[in-house]
Amino acid sequence: MKAKSRKKFKLDFWTSISILCFLVFVVFLIYPMFTLFVQSFKDVENGTFTLKNFAQFFSKKYYYQTLINSFVVTILVTILAILIGAPLAYIMSTSKIRFKSLVEVLIILSVLSPPFIGAYSWILLLGRNGVVTKFLSNTFGFQVPSIYGFTGILLVFTLKLFPYIYMYVSGALKKMDASLGEAAESLGCNGIRKVATIILPLITPTILAGSLLVFMNCLADFGTPMLIGEGYRTMPVLIYSEFISEVGGQANFAAALSVLMILITSVIFIGQKYVVNKKSYVMSSLKPIQPKKLKGYKNVLAHLYVYVVVGLAIIPQATVIYTSFLKTRGSMFVREFSLNSYKTVLNKLGSSIANTYTYGIIAIFIIVLLGMFISYVSVRKKNMFTSLLDTITMFPYIIPGSVLGITLLLAFNKKPLAIAGTFAIIVVVYVIRRLPYTIRSSAAILYQLSPSVEEASISLGYSPMKTFFKVTAVMMLPGVLSGAILSWITVINELSASVILYTGKTRTMSVAIYTEVIRASYGTAAALSTILTATTIISLLIFFKLSGKKEISL
Amino acid sequence: MSTTIKFDNIVKKYDDNVVIPKLSLEIEKGEFFTLLGPSGCGKTTLLRMVAGFNSIEDGEISFNGKVINDIPAHKRNIGMVFQNYAIFPHMTVYENVEYGLKLRKLGKEEMKKRLDDILKVVKIEQYKDRLPDKLSGGQQQRVALARAIVIHPTVLLMDEPLSNLDAKLRVEMRTAIRDIQKKVGITTIYVTHDQEEALAVSDRIAIMNQGVIQQIGTPKEIYTRPVNTFVATFIGHSNLFEGKVTVDNEGTAVVFPGGYKLPMTNLSSRVKDKENVVISVRPEEFALSKNGKGIKGKVHFSTFLGRYVNYEVELENGQIIEVSQESSDHEHIYNTGDRVTLEVDAKRINVFNELGVESLINGVNKYES
Repeated sequence: MKAKSRKKFKLDFWTSISILCFLVFVVFLIYPMFTLFVQSFKDVENGTFTLKNFAQFFSKKYYYQTLINSFVVTILVTILAILIGAPLAYIMSTSKIRFKSLVEVLIILSVLSPPFIGAYSWILLLGRNGVVTKFLSNTFGFQVPSIYGFTGILLVFTLKLFPYIYMYVSGALKKMDASLGEAAESLGCNGIRKVATIILPLITPTILAGSLLVFMNCLADFGTPMLIGEGYRTMPVLIYSEFISEVGGQANFAAALSVLMILITSVIFIGQKYVVNKKSYVMSSLKPIQPKKLKGYKNVLAHLYVYVVVGLAIIPQATVIYTSFLKTRGSMFVREFSLNSYKTVLNKLGSSIANTYTYGIIAIFIIVLLGMFISYVSVRKKNMFTSLLDTITMFPYIIPGSVLGITLLLAFNKKPLAIAGTFAIIVVVYVIRRLPYTIRSSAAILYQLSPSVEEASISLGYSPMKTFFKVTAVMMLPGVLSGAILSWITVINELSASVILYTGKTRTMSVAIYTEVIRASYGTAAALSTILTATTIISLLIFFKLSGKKEISL
Repeated sequence: MSTTIKFDNIVKKYDDNVVIPKLSLEIEKGEFFTLLGPSGCGKTTLLRMVAGFNSIEDGEISFNGKVINDIPAHKRNIGMVFQNYAIFPHMTVYENVEYGLKLRKLGKEEMKKRLDDILKVVKIEQYKDRLPDKLSGGQQQRVALARAIVIHPTVLLMDEPLSNLDAKLRVEMRTAIRDIQKKVGITTIYVTHDQEEALAVSDRIAIMNQGVIQQIGTPKEIYTRPVNTFVATFIGHSNLFEGKVTVDNEGTAVVFPGGYKLPMTNLSSRVKDKENVVISVRPEEFALSKNGKGIKGKVHFSTFLGRYVNYEVELENGQIIEVSQESSDHEHIYNTGDRVTLEVDAKRINVFNELGVESLINGVNKYES
């Protein structure tokens, strides 16, 4: 049959795009991870294959204790975050709370700032020379228990991460039909029983998904334990310090630690997927739950709970903004307003602001393009190859930022692609880490667009490529942009990877804040943080405007 | 600009699952050709193979003798109208219609003339500056039609274009589509699962089931002389009886269950005495009377519909059949429980072999592709 000859492989527009996107990820993710993997099995001295690096970790308590510490902190934080976040979401969805929109914005804001800012402002408040510490000991002679170490890490992480649970659970409650609860009530089931037997089981998969996010963030973050942990070292801190101390070396031990870390996060991720897939419910609410006005003491308690929790969560941001306008003497703040910190920032650290914006904008441009292409091929041209591409792009979700930083550095500090130390590597890490947000939101909007609109354009004579740019891309734009803004917000706040990849010339705002805090230049750190926060807020407002929503999902 | 479309042993497969096995068909110049069948019969798949959105696993499709298999969709010069209209939401009506024309190198004058003409033909002139979300379903479908026709396509393909409209608009639009198609004179393939719509608009209809064409014919041919019981019951309603043929010196006749014997003059010479057959009688092919000759039964239920009265009649063997009578040539209307006899119009009924796959009426042949 002559038809057989037609089955030959044709390189059309979308096949080329798929291959191109795939190559990007092969070069900037698969190849580096492979390098990391190889490094971790190499002997530091002679470069032969060995398990020594892994053995070293498990043989010394000094090393493996960090893993135990990480797990203790992470598990406790996850439990605490659920205990705080889930009730908050329940109260906010079922009862009328004054200034609800403000509360919601504050919660989102607290989640979007880099976690180490929390650590540093709690030090400002409750640290050895903290404002509150001093006030309490001077006036009442009360000694605040030390904020450093385990307690501090727990406090900062919990307050930083419970909003994830809150956001996930409120999302699920919005999808729950009010009639479910009413049905329970009509069957004589009320109050705590109703929550325990109907609502809790239905939102359990959501809580699990939120917990995963908390867990991963907590396990991966290195800024917080670095600043406030002092002697209490976690795994990312160990990786960072081992890597940094091995300057010029092969970093085989750090590579082994990184591989371990990826292994752990993958197992947790797959395990969570398995559990959630087995237990998830499709819900659609025709009649969403309406918040009711509570009466008497219940109303007071509900308000008290919401305000206290959100107040605690936003304190770091508030402190930072307030102190940025104070005069400083050395590392101390003086009770006098001034713009000196901002002047210093502009004089000495202006380049970091410019860097953040330049790199961020370049990264977002690439993210939007790749995000549209990848989401398009994985939704519209579904096959094994594009599904693989889609899965690979999600890898960065489970790779801790500092590990990704090390991975890229190890791969690109030599030829043929020696981009380490240049701005390119920072853009690469931004793109790889934050692309998933844009892919998700672009895919979501594509699912809502009927393919026949594209077919109409093709049948009218426009090639698939022209059709994409003239019709599909235009219609996808709102969804793509709202995802891109989320990518942007997380890009400008990125620390854990860029802190490994930066050089004096390519320092970004979040890196500069971190180094200023380490150097105890709290004033300039505060001013920079405020600029970062302001950028975040403005971006967030644009996001709300574009998406027409008052919430975000991460 | 009229085109003949030829399908030559077309095969469609999804992995190893054959959806359309070897299908052949020829559509004539300027013809309004309808693919009709239940959902999942492969009619939309076939249409999309013509459009270039589905691959062709084997065989050839050609326009005016030119094979189009290897021509990409955007170079086939096809006008397509979709079930959900597929109007570009970010363009005005005018921009939508203009979209395809822009690629065709036309002079400004010529372009404007074509646009104005088509907007007039489909009657959407007054909406030309509106965005699609301000249009009703019927208006959107007119835009879609204009957009497809204005490029002077080789063929026009329509995929259930009316199924998203309400009943009244559907009738109005199908007349409009039919008029416009005749005016423009373009070869059209129309896909629908609505038999009434198919009967109303088509020059010829192909009835499809499970990827296979059952019958091709004019609406009248298909309705009056279906080739098998599938077509007989899919197009309109047919009551099926398990009967027998008798061939003796009085001639050929069919015998209904219960013994009613009806002489037939148009049965094929292939029929044998005592052969089991399926007799297919449409509701309007009965004549109802109080105590005439015919099949005996009892009125089970009657519905007065103005011009017609529909009866459900229970036969002696318990089978319930549908009978339709014009209310005008009836002195009175039968009530539930009335005993009646049903006479059958021998010239109009159809007889199939025992399996129902072959017509035993003279000159009604199976579709061989």
